[in-house]
Amino acid sequence: MKKQFRLGLFIFLTPVLLWLILLIVIPHIELLLMSLHGKDDMGNTVWTFANYRHFFTEEIYWYTFVRTAFYAITVTILTFLVTFPVAFYITKVVSPRFTGFLTILLLMPFWVSELVRVYGWMILLRESGVINHLLTSSGLLAAPVEMLYNDASMLMGLVYTSMLFMVVPLISSLEGLDDSLIEAAHDLGASPFTIFFRIIIPYAAPGITSGSIVVFMLALGNYLTPTLMGGKNSLWFTEQIYNEFIASFNWNQGAAFGFLLLLLSSLIIWGALKLSRQELGRALS
Amino acid sequence: MAPVLDIQNLRKQFADFIAVNTLNFQVEDGSFFSILGPSGCGKTTLLRMIAGFLEPSEGKLLIRGEDMTRVPPNRRPVNLVFQNLALFPMMNVHENIAFGLKRQGVAAGEITRRVGALLERVHLSGYDKKDISQLSGGQKQRVAIARSLVLEPSLLLLDEPLGALDLKLREQMKIELKKLQADVGTTFMYITHDQSEALVMSDRVAVMNRGQFEQIDTPRNLYSNPATRFVAGFVGETNILPVKVISKAPLKVQTAFGLELSGTHVGNFQGDLLDLFIRPESIILDPADTMEDINRFSLTVRNILFDGSNTKLLATVGTSDYELTVALPQNQQFAHIDKGDTVQAGVHVDSCRCYAGGER
Repeated sequence: MKKQFRLGLFIFLTPVLLWLILLIVIPHIELLLMSLHGKDDMGNTVWTFANYRHFFTEEIYWYTFVRTAFYAITVTILTFLVTFPVAFYITKVVSPRFTGFLTILLLMPFWVSELVRVYGWMILLRESGVINHLLTSSGLLAAPVEMLYNDASMLMGLVYTSMLFMVVPLISSLEGLDDSLIEAAHDLGASPFTIFFRIIIPYAAPGITSGSIVVFMLALGNYLTPTLMGGKNSLWFTEQIYNEFIASFNWNQGAAFGFLLLLLSSLIIWGALKLSRQELGRALS
Repeated sequence: MAPVLDIQNLRKQFADFIAVNTLNFQVEDGSFFSILGPSGCGKTTLLRMIAGFLEPSEGKLLIRGEDMTRVPPNRRPVNLVFQNLALFPMMNVHENIAFGLKRQGVAAGEITRRVGALLERVHLSGYDKKDISQLSGGQKQRVAIARSLVLEPSLLLLDEPLGALDLKLREQMKIELKKLQADVGTTFMYITHDQSEALVMSDRVAVMNRGQFEQIDTPRNLYSNPATRFVAGFVGETNILPVKVISKAPLKVQTAFGLELSGTHVGNFQGDLLDLFIRPESIILDPADTMEDINRFSLTVRNILFDGSNTKLLATVGTSDYELTVALPQNQQFAHIDKGDTVQAGVHVDSCRCYAGGER
C-alpha cells in the first residue's frame, strides 16, 4: 500500500521536478556561476565579485533598480485601485446571472497579445495619433502634443497589461463573500466606511495578496511595455539586463543583474507580506 | 410605557406582489414574540423592515415610541441574528462579539469585561481566542446570539437561527434560547416556519399568512382555539373533513361518506360547505356510555404508527375509506389494539371545529 502510494507520488511529481530542474534550477546554476566570473587584466577568466560590486558602486544601476521597484509598487497599487471597484461591481452589485458574462467581457482584451495591445495604446497616444488628431481638429489644442515616452504613459500601460492578473483573484475572493456578512456588520452598527475596511478588505485579503504578488512580479520583470511606451529614458531594470547581454555582450554582468533582480524582488515581497501580516501559502491556495 | 415595537399600517409592495399587507401590532417589553408562517408568507420581509434593510412602502415603525421608519440599520437599537448566522470568518470569537462594541467606541477594558460576561452567559467561557471554523454548529449559534446581545438591543430579531441544526441540537437550543431570554430579559422576536419552535419558546405567537396576521395569541390559545381555518390547519396536527351543513342551530353537518356529526362553528360562514377540524388527541377511544355531547362512530384500524409517546393510529371511519389520525393515550390501555380491529370512538362537540370551506 505504502509502496504504491510512493510510486504514484513519484509518477505525478516527475513532470514538475523535470520542469523545475531542467528549466529553472540548471539554468540558474549556470547563471550564478557566470555572474561570479570575470576577466582579469590579462583577459583570463577568474572568480570575482566584481559584477555584484558594480551594481552598488555604479550609481546608475542601483538608481535604475530603485526606480523600477518603486514604479512596480506604484503599478501594483494603481492596478488594485482600478480593479477593486470593477471586481466589487461584478460580484456584488450586478445580478449574479451577469457575473460570468461580465468577467468574460473583462478578459476578452487579454486574448490579444500584449505587443498588439501596447501598439494599440501607441496608436492612440502618439503625436500623430488618434487623440491628438481629435484634440487639434476640434480646436482644443493648437498643435499636437507627444503623449508617449513619459513615466505617466508607461505606468498607464503597465497598469493596463497587469489588470487581468489582479481582477481574477479579486473576483474569486469576493465571490465567496456572503452578502449577509455585510448586512450583519451594518446591523451591528458599522458605517459603510467601516464595513469596507473591517469586513470587505480583510475578507478579500488573500485575493489581494496573490493578485499583488503576481502584478508586482510581472511589472518588475516587464520589458516590452516600458521599452515601447516609456521610450529611451524609461530606465527599467530589465532594459539594463538586456543591454548587458545584447548590447555590451557582457553576459557575466547581465547574469549578476538577473540574480540581483530575483533577490531584491523576493525581499520586497517578503517585506510586504510581513507588513500586511499575510501568509504566502494562504494567499495562493 | 410605550411598547418596544409598535407597527402601524406597515405595508411592503414589490413590483406586483404585496409581501406585507398593512400590519398593525405591538410587542411588549421583555416578551418572547414569534412570527410563525409558511415560507413565502412575508415574515422575512417584515423582519428585514424592522431591522432596517428594507424600506416600507407605507406605514410607520416605532421602537420604544421613537419613529424608526427611515433610520438606517446601523443606528437602530435592534439587532438581527441571521439565518446563516453571518459570523465574520476572519475574526475569532472575541473579535466577533466585540465588533459592535468597538463601533460604539466602548473602551477596550470595558469591551473585554462585557464580552467575557456574555460568553459566560452562553456557556462559552474560554472560547475567546478560537476561530469560527473551530466551533460546532451549536457553539456558532451561541456566538451569533452573543454578538447581538452584547449591544443590549431593545429588540433582538432572530431569523430562523435553528434551521441549520440537527434535530437533537435544535430541541436543546430551543430550551436554551427560552432560558436565555428569561435570563437577560431582552425582548426576542423570533421568525420561524417550525410551529414547535414557536409554541415551545414564545409568550405570544403571531401566525402569518399571505402578508397578514391571522391570529396573535398565546401558544395555548393558538392550539386549542384557532381563530381561522388557516391557523387550525397550520398549527398542530389535525384531521380535516369536508362537510355539508344539515342544520344551523344547533350545527349539524354531514361528511361526504354520510356520517352525521354535531359541531361548533368558528367565524362567520356563508353557504353550506364547511371544513371540519378534529385534533388527533381529541378522539376518545371506547368512550363511556354516560358521556354527553359526544359524536360517536366506529373506527377500523388500518395501521399503527409507533413513535414512542407520540404513537398514532390510522383508522377508517365506519365503512368508508376516509382515514383519520388518532393519537393513542400515554397509558398502555390500548396496547392490545391491532391492525384490522374495530373500536368505538367519540369526539366532543366542542372539539369538532367547523370553518368556512377553503379553496379545494
